[in-house]
Amino acid sequence: MPNQAIESAAKKTLDGVARRIRGLSDRTIAWIFVAPTIFLLLAVNIFPLIWTIRLSFTNFRVNRPNNDVEWVGLRNYERILSDPDIWNTMQATAHFLIWTIVLQVLIGFTLAYLINKKFKGNDLWTTIIVFPMMLSPAVVGNFWTFLYQPQIGLFNYVVAFFTGADPASFSMIGDVHLAPRAIVIADTWMWTPFVMLICLAGLRSIPDSIYEAAECDRASKWRQFWTITIPMALPFLMLAVLFRGIENFKMFDLVVQLTGGGPGNTTTLTSIDLKREAFERWRTGYSSAYAVILFVTVFGLASIYVKALNKVKER
Amino acid sequence: MSFSVTEPSVRTKWIAGLLVVGYAIVTLIPLLWIIATGFKSPADSIAYPPVVVFEPTLEGYVNLFTDRTRATEGMLEEAGPPTTWYEEIARERGTVITGPSRYGERFLNSVIIGFGSTALCMLLGTMAAYAFSRFKVPLKDDLLFFILSTRMMPPIAVAIPIFLMFRNLGLNDTHLGMILLYTAVNLSLSVWLLKGFIDEIPIEYEEAALIDGYTRFQAFYKVVLPQAATGIASTAIFCLIFAWNEYAFAVLLTSGNAQTAPPFIPTIIGVAGKDWPAVAAGATIFLVPVMVFTILLRKHLLRGITFGAVRK
Repeated sequence: MPNQAIESAAKKTLDGVARRIRGLSDRTIAWIFVAPTIFLLLAVNIFPLIWTIRLSFTNFRVNRPNNDVEWVGLRNYERILSDPDIWNTMQATAHFLIWTIVLQVLIGFTLAYLINKKFKGNDLWTTIIVFPMMLSPAVVGNFWTFLYQPQIGLFNYVVAFFTGADPASFSMIGDVHLAPRAIVIADTWMWTPFVMLICLAGLRSIPDSIYEAAECDRASKWRQFWTITIPMALPFLMLAVLFRGIENFKMFDLVVQLTGGGPGNTTTLTSIDLKREAFERWRTGYSSAYAVILFVTVFGLASIYVKALNKVKER
Repeated sequence: MSFSVTEPSVRTKWIAGLLVVGYAIVTLIPLLWIIATGFKSPADSIAYPPVVVFEPTLEGYVNLFTDRTRATEGMLEEAGPPTTWYEEIARERGTVITGPSRYGERFLNSVIIGFGSTALCMLLGTMAAYAFSRFKVPLKDDLLFFILSTRMMPPIAVAIPIFLMFRNLGLNDTHLGMILLYTAVNLSLSVWLLKGFIDEIPIEYEEAALIDGYTRFQAFYKVVLPQAATGIASTAIFCLIFAWNEYAFAVLLTSGNAQTAPPFIPTIIGVAGKDWPAVAAGATIFLVPVMVFTILLRKHLLRGITFGAVRK
């Protein structure tokens, strides 16, 4: 019967494949498992990075493909590092970064600590708290401009309700002093749950037996918190900070929708500035150099940080 | 009831509960405001003081899904009386519907790209994480850091070369291109999270399986995968959220064909000025699938993140 022949042939092939798979060494399996990831990252991340580095030494402009591309050496880098505007941008970014991380870690850890008290319904409320980070930052940022409207905005109304100020008297996104705070508030509202979830995972990973042992030794709750809870949750906390730090250093979507970098340049974070150089002024070579500088900065800071993280984990 | 020294007291639980619930309510207000604004009329949406009780209308949703134009006398006569309820709503504002808006296709693009990239990302991420967790991969720490480092680049920084590369490969403004791009962006997160989850599964389980005659692959998908299921589920949710929400690449690399909803929603404007109910309606619809998905996987999300059970 032809069907049987096909079946037995198929079975043989399958057996052959299975035998070959079984015969693979762990080392080969490891490479088979890792290779697709590495390949995709090389193609979509590293190759463009190398291209960016190459472009950073030229005066290439993407909107003028017919111009001669000249090799300008380090001129782009010199111009960027001596530009005071860029240092202002860096300062705005640092301000944003520090405030968001401090607020999110404080609130996020506190929430996780409270949720870990295992009150009734904590699962439900955790899920509700997580909702803000589900929504697209661009869409949320766009909607927060509505909340921040003078007079009609809900945020202004609530602030006015509690302080007695006139809701039309201040504009969160139009005022040079308030705009940097407006983006910190919106970002903290959005991303505190992220820190909270990771902290909660850290707190729940601490075995009860350690606390029981501490109780036996008559350690106070306060002492237990500082000698057990904090040190054991620290690797998780640091991981959360790492991700938030990197994410907010790259921050683009939320802030560009919220303030567009304004008023003036008060909320022009590095990514927004970079977008202007690359896609509005079309200075491709110049903005490539800018991108390389940003990448080196964040890469350097993160590698130091990861070393510290690994030390904490090993303890 | 069992008594344990580590169990918080009833009073502690009440205080903790009240504080968390208080925070949750405050944090929910902007989201509820989005949903509510979607059902307001334009006048109600910009009323002062802000109105909480209002007569709900579907005008925002009609405006979201249709393109309209100001009706002239001639147009009204030509079109005749309104035949559908949404037509009627548009007429009340003195406009006629000229056709469907682009919101539907933008939303579909988000679905295809979000779920496609999540699936691919979980496939590759689980494999890589397993290898990093269980095998001696040369330069393991360097590779892990390299994977994480790919997340450090501002998307704007790589957008130009990716645009040029995608153009040469014919991937520009296509679903496949965006799926590959988002997968690469999310891989770092999935590999790092998943490696953590797999690390926590005792290696003895697999060794027992191997002694019982399982192959490495069988041990991987019959022992490790079920054990890591909660971890995989929660990681998948995170990947989906990031792909679903991504804006920078979408706004720079897509225009017509594969544009997702996030760059589209802020561009929604009405016939006269910003149409906030329509924007809110678009945001609501965009938010709901992910929220439902999260609620369904709630237990897995929380347990997945907390994955302490295997450690005991």
